[in-house]
Amino acid sequence: MEPVYSIRPVLAIAVSLACAFLIVLTGEKRRNLREFWTLAASVLGCTIVVSMFPHIYHGGEYIFTMVSIVPGVGLDFRVDAFGMFFAFLSSFLWIFTSIYSIGYMRALKEHAQTRYYFAFAACIASAVGIAFAGNLLTLFIFYEMLTMSAFPLVIHEETPEALYAGKKYLAYTLSGGALVLLGMAIAYTLAGTLTFTSHGFLAGHGSAQMLKILFAIFIMGFGVKAAIIPLHSWLPSAMVAPTPVSALLHAVAVVNAGIFGIVRVVCSVYGIELVASLGLGLPLAIVASITIIVGSLFALAQDNLKLMLAYSTVSQLSYIILGAALLSPSALSGGVVHIAHQGFMKITLFFCAGAILVQTGKRNMSEMNGIGRKMPLTMMGFTMCAFGMIGTPPMCGFITKWYLGLGALEAGHPIFIVVLLASALLNAAYYLPPVYNAFFKEPDASLKGKEASWWLLAPILVCAAISLMLGIIPTTSYMPLQLARTFLGIGGM
Amino acid sequence: MNLSSHLPILIVVIPLIAAFMNPLIGWRQRKFCNPLAVIAVSASFCIALLIARTVITTGRISYHMGGWAPPWGIELAVDHLSAFMCVTITFVSLLAIVYSKNYVEKELAEEKMVPYYTLLLLLIVAMLGIVVTGDMFNLYIIVEMLSLAAYALVAMSEEKRAYVAAYKYLLLGFTGAIFILLGTAYLYIITGTLNMADLSVRIQPWYGSWVVFVALALLMVGFGIKTALFPLHTWLPDAHSIAPSSISAVLSGLVIKTGAYCIIRTLFTVFQPRFVIEVMPVTSALSWIAAIAILVGSLFAISQTDLKWMLAYSSVAHIGFIVLGVGLATGYGTTGGILHIFNHSMAKGCLFLCAGAIIYKTGIRNIYDLAGLGDKMPVTMAAFTIAAFSMVGIPPTAGFISKFYLGLGALEQGTWAGWVFAGVILLGSLLTAVFYIRVVNNVYFGERKRREEIEKDEAPLGMLIPIVILAGGCLIFGIFPKIPLALAEPAARLLLGI
Repeated sequence: MEPVYSIRPVLAIAVSLACAFLIVLTGEKRRNLREFWTLAASVLGCTIVVSMFPHIYHGGEYIFTMVSIVPGVGLDFRVDAFGMFFAFLSSFLWIFTSIYSIGYMRALKEHAQTRYYFAFAACIASAVGIAFAGNLLTLFIFYEMLTMSAFPLVIHEETPEALYAGKKYLAYTLSGGALVLLGMAIAYTLAGTLTFTSHGFLAGHGSAQMLKILFAIFIMGFGVKAAIIPLHSWLPSAMVAPTPVSALLHAVAVVNAGIFGIVRVVCSVYGIELVASLGLGLPLAIVASITIIVGSLFALAQDNLKLMLAYSTVSQLSYIILGAALLSPSALSGGVVHIAHQGFMKITLFFCAGAILVQTGKRNMSEMNGIGRKMPLTMMGFTMCAFGMIGTPPMCGFITKWYLGLGALEAGHPIFIVVLLASALLNAAYYLPPVYNAFFKEPDASLKGKEASWWLLAPILVCAAISLMLGIIPTTSYMPLQLARTFLGIGGM
Repeated sequence: MNLSSHLPILIVVIPLIAAFMNPLIGWRQRKFCNPLAVIAVSASFCIALLIARTVITTGRISYHMGGWAPPWGIELAVDHLSAFMCVTITFVSLLAIVYSKNYVEKELAEEKMVPYYTLLLLLIVAMLGIVVTGDMFNLYIIVEMLSLAAYALVAMSEEKRAYVAAYKYLLLGFTGAIFILLGTAYLYIITGTLNMADLSVRIQPWYGSWVVFVALALLMVGFGIKTALFPLHTWLPDAHSIAPSSISAVLSGLVIKTGAYCIIRTLFTVFQPRFVIEVMPVTSALSWIAAIAILVGSLFAISQTDLKWMLAYSSVAHIGFIVLGVGLATGYGTTGGILHIFNHSMAKGCLFLCAGAIIYKTGIRNIYDLAGLGDKMPVTMAAFTIAAFSMVGIPPTAGFISKFYLGLGALEQGTWAGWVFAGVILLGSLLTAVFYIRVVNNVYFGERKRREEIEKDEAPLGMLIPIVILAGGCLIFGIFPKIPLALAEPAARLLLGI
């Protein structure tokens, strides 16, 4: 299908950016109006993204070119199925996170809320920009914007601990960004272009050794945000941020930006065939497997609920990398679809952690015995998604594991099924105890509180329901799985 | 000959006349000094834009002083690089003059106002003269004139150490001048000409002679001092941090760039690219020195606690970026180096003007005392942040574009040295991030009494407008880099002959 020239990708970014500036201009004094801007922009942005959905779903593309920066490469936007995937996820979850943020920030009477909402809107604009980038340069520009606009959110508390986390975050992500920039300059020197194509643009340029080094540079660069072990340590530190930030940014948008970059490098810069012929899939799969297992082991050792979820994110993100690294169609679709599955489930879990914090002030799991009796709906959402993380049907986490397993067989590396099973066991080992304790242990006397307000509860329940739905009807039209298959060109209409 | 053919001389003469009228007018009424300077430099800015348009459409302009044809008469030669420099110089110095109005009234003694504007105008005249002249000896004279004006402006500061800083600047500056004079003399002895275009032809039979080698080395050291290239930078931190902030902006943003301009001119116009790249690998040597300058300058900047000292050391690092780009002598690299002249003058100009605004309002110079200024002076600090991001090279600011071009240029060399340079460029920008983001961090999130309401207390509008324009430029030229590149790219290609 011919690409359609349309300004809609830019509009989707511009809505969030405009919202960011309206928030600053409105300020703390008129905070209801300020929150209105956030909600309006999130709905409007999501609507614009959705309006592009049908055309993309049937294999079409939208393009928009702005200005040229180096010969042949400029600020170009191109919406394909994969970009659609990430943009839709970010902007759709932004609606729920906004609702949740309003409840959360007001309940805790947080300071500097204007700055918070401003940075949040800027982050979403950058994430959508990353999703719609038509070339590596555009992707990088928004990638760095995301780095900088997420910084005020990480250090929001302004405590010495938060400032330290912020420094660590910047040191990691800016170094990663520098590596991506280096990789980009090398790619441009080799190929003379940076525009993504469906089979990669690097084939036939440079020596095999050069391409291997370049691949390593890209993976290390994007791997920082994707929290590949040992580049992950900024992510647990960044959990000092307010919970909605951890939920949307540190479980979905920021970390998936790194994942998105890796998948783009594999699929649209190198092309699956070139990665396979260079033999780069297997090393990447091994790195991802190590991250899956070690991340889970770290999670086992945590008592702080948010930290546990952070390490779980580290582990789960590498499922996606594993899917991309196995290079077989099923594995790739399983990996890509896990971006959405992980997103919906993990955001629910973080929302639950935040609701518990708001209602009871507890952060540690050892103090949450019997919480299920005080906050049954919250813990129901938590339980559903905890099972999803383990990979039990009918939650959507199962679909991911199924396709990854199939893909491992297709790729001829059945050993990775063992990794998946081991990871499932480890997940069960750290997700089931809190669930058990919440419902079957007697509450401590110190545990006070009741169910959270609807501002907090509604996003939890809706996201949990969606996670369930994605697991029950994954093969229906317009579901993430089908969109992932469109991107990979293996049908799905 | 109509008026438009006189543009190269008009751009210099208008501020020169204003400089001489200034004491006369200021003698009667001090308050007219500023408008006069603004009008003169605005006129120069418009002429610079006209020159840029002419050069883009018709190519190099050659103007014969008094109608005497070169090589006998003095020639003003304006090519893409000169036009690029003219626009940069007039743009940033115009904003610095607008800014000066409020700043000088408060920060300098009243009787210094007239000499301040006179010297500042002479400084601008000299910078413009350097970039339009096509004559080596003329260049030497104007470089001296530039330096004299700059020494006096540094000494004008109310700070106690101003005389020491100015004296240090003067000592090293004169040493540099002697080197330049000797180098020029050597060239004249063997060729008998001082016109650059003529010189570049007549010198070719002498390639390989020791005289040429020594002349080139002398010129490089001389201009290296003027541009504060490491390890000849020692005068810069004193002078740039002690001078009045509006002057610091001009010194750091523009004056040291004219030194870089002289290096480019000498390497690629007076000598041939083939000679300086292959026969006597000056460009390669410059690249290595510049790479060290980037790292050392950044490390020095990290260790500073005084805002203006930090900005001054950052200039040492960024001169390194410019010279590295020039020394790479590849299409992208030299384009990046030239482009960075413009991007760095905007960003560093903005930063020094912001530092001036902070001192003007609060008197704070220590970066750890800046906490809470984000609420007190929101516009200034927002501009500071954008300019700081441009220095680090975070997209979508202008600094990113030059960093990207420099990186491409380094890799374009295709040698292992090129890889090292690419690594240095990235490492340098990360080190830059360390000290700029530390300031931004302190400004917005530094420790202070929480919940304490901080009164908004912005700098006056006359200071704020130049700051905002420069910060806006850092953003606009980052999103639309084609505008400066329209001059920078052909300039690099013409110089390198590719």
